[in-house]
Amino acid sequence: MDILYLLIPLSLLLVFVIAAIFWWSLKSGQFDDLDGPGYRLFMDDDDDISAGNQYPKEDSSNSEGV
Amino acid sequence: MQSPATYHYKVVRQFTVMTVIWGIVGMLVGVIIAAQLVWPELNVNEYLSYGRLRPLHTNAVIFAFGGCALFATSYFVVQRTSHAPLFAPRLAAFTFWGWQLVIVLAAVTLPMGMTQAKEYAELEWPIDILITLVWVSYAVVFFGTIVKRTVSHIYVANWFYGAFILAVALLHLVNSAAIPVSLFPMKSYSAYAGVQDAMVQWWYGHNAVGFFLTAGFLGMMYYFVPKQADRPIYSYRLSVVHFWALIFTYMWAGPHHLHYTALPDWTQSIGMVFSLILLAPSWGGMINGIMTLSGVWHKLRDDPILKFLVTSLSFYGMSTFEGPMMSIKTVNALSHYTDWTIGHVHSGALGWVAMISIGSIYYLLPRLYGKAQMHSMKAVETHFWIATIGIVLYIASMWIAGVMQGLMWRATNLDGTLTYSFVESVKATYPFWTIRLLGGVLFLTGMLIMAWNMFKTMAGGQTINAPVLKAAIAH
Repeated sequence: MDILYLLIPLSLLLVFVIAAIFWWSLKSGQFDDLDGPGYRLFMDDDDDISAGNQYPKEDSSNSEGV
Repeated sequence: MQSPATYHYKVVRQFTVMTVIWGIVGMLVGVIIAAQLVWPELNVNEYLSYGRLRPLHTNAVIFAFGGCALFATSYFVVQRTSHAPLFAPRLAAFTFWGWQLVIVLAAVTLPMGMTQAKEYAELEWPIDILITLVWVSYAVVFFGTIVKRTVSHIYVANWFYGAFILAVALLHLVNSAAIPVSLFPMKSYSAYAGVQDAMVQWWYGHNAVGFFLTAGFLGMMYYFVPKQADRPIYSYRLSVVHFWALIFTYMWAGPHHLHYTALPDWTQSIGMVFSLILLAPSWGGMINGIMTLSGVWHKLRDDPILKFLVTSLSFYGMSTFEGPMMSIKTVNALSHYTDWTIGHVHSGALGWVAMISIGSIYYLLPRLYGKAQMHSMKAVETHFWIATIGIVLYIASMWIAGVMQGLMWRATNLDGTLTYSFVESVKATYPFWTIRLLGGVLFLTGMLIMAWNMFKTMAGGQTINAPVLKAAIAH
């Protein structure tokens, strides 16, 4: 099972990478507020879409040229 | 006056429409191969034989249908929750056209018999290189948008989408490593051999289930379930725990696909133990999603989109319970190689992946085309019931068929000889394959209703790009 010499170190490396990202997110305050973000999802003016088509129609000035 | 900055919805629209189209194509191929099992004479020639169409079916539903749904929703969610338009929109356009090219190439090469013969990684090396290019571009666009965000918090859905993008990149690179030998016809040999190859393949295979078909769609769940229910997620704290628990424990479940094979016994046991551990984060996420409706359960009565989303979570809970159970060696001794496995896969694929995608797309379509809602909500309701009945027929028939096959294969006479020959178990399975075909036809019918509804909603609508929210309002 030589392949385990690749897969197990790869998994361990991955765990360290994930741990580093977790550490960064913890230190940078991503988890300081664990209630607010759920509510902030709704503060995005999404509802007025049903009121009509007041958004700018797609045209050359704001389409990304794709 | 300068027009306000808008989100880039064009690429979202393109992927959304193609999700429905590829869904129909992939499920149609599924119905054809289901029919071939009932009527073997439908294998008319080598190009349309079961062996070549089956990988086309799996690639089309996972990577074309599921992939387009993930691209569409992730581009939508990352923009709206980051309060920033897409980073590098031209690169995003490349991911659309590149991904469509991958799908078309798959539809051409697989019936021609060009395959790496690795499950869910059948595509040959030139297509693998194209996939890599598209995927790296996808990562640049997605993470670039996260970096550009004007709010400090990264919403939990983006964590799931991000993990899905990174993990799939790693899995694809390791598993598809091969030595090319020719371009016409496309042919390569795997960089690994024998049981080593099998281990890499199922390390890939199960993590593709975990990160492509689970983490990505959980990202979808954490945005569209709260949005459609108009309630914040039941516990944001739990969603963060869910994410890290899933990410830390997923990688080693793969060996459960290789129970009782040449794989060392201890590796199989590790696979089983990790599979059992996965039950905890999976159910944490499922409960978190479903409990979002606590207090507004009545919405389920008349909102068919919410029905799709919540039913998908129920199937997610069912299949993530069934999966760990099937990974237990003694259970696997009965279930392995039987149709039970096929039923389990479709419980996850139709019940969870397809239903959460369908619900999310019904949410998206009116918003992308400036409509208040889908052209016909009645049709959405009909779609829901047809799809649900289809799944139940599919799963129940495969359960019965699978357990029956397993019992027939292991039955021995007093003198130790086998009670049944293999072909007797095939013969006994015909009625259940017929019921499965019916379930598949029902699910496909639902998708056709969805396509009609989609085009009706698009007709007369105008393509809109919603304005980017100002950072000041966001805080």
